[in-house]
Amino acid sequence: MRSSLISKRLLILVCAGILFPAMQAFGESALVTKSSKAAKLSSCVAPTGDIRRNHMDYLKHDRDETVRDGIRGTKFSLVECVECHASRDEQGHGVPVTDEGEFCQVCHGYVAVSLPCFQCHRTTPEPDSKNGKLGYHPAGSFHNQTMSQAVGRQRD
Amino acid sequence: MSNMNDQPNKDRRLFIGATLAATGAMTVAPGVFLHAANAAGESQGASSKNRWGMLIDTNKCAEGCSACVDACNTENGLHSMGRPETDAVWIRKVKLRDMQTQRENNLVMMCQHCEFPPCVDVCPTTASFKREDGIVMVDRHRCIGCRYCMMACPYKARSFVHEVLTDQSVNQPRGKGCVESCTLCAHRIDEGVMQTACQEACEKEGHAAILFGDLKDPDSEISKTLKTTNSVQIRADLELNTGVRYLNL
Repeated sequence: MRSSLISKRLLILVCAGILFPAMQAFGESALVTKSSKAAKLSSCVAPTGDIRRNHMDYLKHDRDETVRDGIRGTKFSLVECVECHASRDEQGHGVPVTDEGEFCQVCHGYVAVSLPCFQCHRTTPEPDSKNGKLGYHPAGSFHNQTMSQAVGRQRD
Repeated sequence: MSNMNDQPNKDRRLFIGATLAATGAMTVAPGVFLHAANAAGESQGASSKNRWGMLIDTNKCAEGCSACVDACNTENGLHSMGRPETDAVWIRKVKLRDMQTQRENNLVMMCQHCEFPPCVDVCPTTASFKREDGIVMVDRHRCIGCRYCMMACPYKARSFVHEVLTDQSVNQPRGKGCVESCTLCAHRIDEGVMQTACQEACEKEGHAAILFGDLKDPDSEISKTLKTTNSVQIRADLELNTGVRYLNL
């Protein structure tokens, strides 16, 4: 009885000894796509492990703040996820994050969790997203001139 | 925040710790932290101190001009799917003719952003809602596409998305199976740009038929104009107190 208990404990220890470095290696591996903005950054808007585990909760929380309360520039924003994590093709165009092998799809495909976000949300960074973000603005219009002053704050 | 994974809820611990600390601090120095609550760095969002509205001068609304409609489509990424009956229409031109006098009137019709919106009354999932600042919107995260709101709206202001969409505008995430309508360019208002896409386009065309502003601010141009002119609400008999009003109708 006692010996079997010890052997079980030993087994667990051995398993942990093998698994832990493997998980650590997984945790530290760079899973961002190579030609994305994220590849050049040291971490996400929060520690990578935290984001990996909790991004769905963060996004769900902030989406209600944004849609229903009109609070923009929250720390966690799906637009920013896409902006940073979408890889670029040779022409510099964004590749949809839901395409095979792309940032969102890789994990979600692996764990078989559907990605309904992108039934509505854009899957690529909007071209020229810094200047043309608010649409219908010929060059030199009101918006282009005064946006930075009018807004007066940075988007996170 | 909900916690739907296998981790212990650290937020709860943090909350309890913070509450205890705050209680302690309040006991030691009451009043010291009372102003700290407003010091958050984020934007404050929609406030009930504002009520956004529009005044449309039908005399200035030119026949044959569709600049506002085009601007709305561009701003919100609305595209024709080749089936005009079901294409999304957030703002549309309407021409009225008085059969007695033959007087013709041009105006634009969109969501009227009612104070008592029938679409919100009938929504079974609270997807239709009114923001603090009076903008009536659809929360697509909750919309189940039942279209009760479309039936309830006296202004025919809402559209249903019938097709799978791609390449949406960042301003306006939208997709198949949800109802949608004019948001009074809420994304612009939240960013501090106090001008809707349709108003901007109308001004650029030189008509300036659309005036956008804060109905609760007595010094805003729209409030001053409303005070001195004879504006009307469409279907005022329904007592919805619309945020969009019309001149010379």
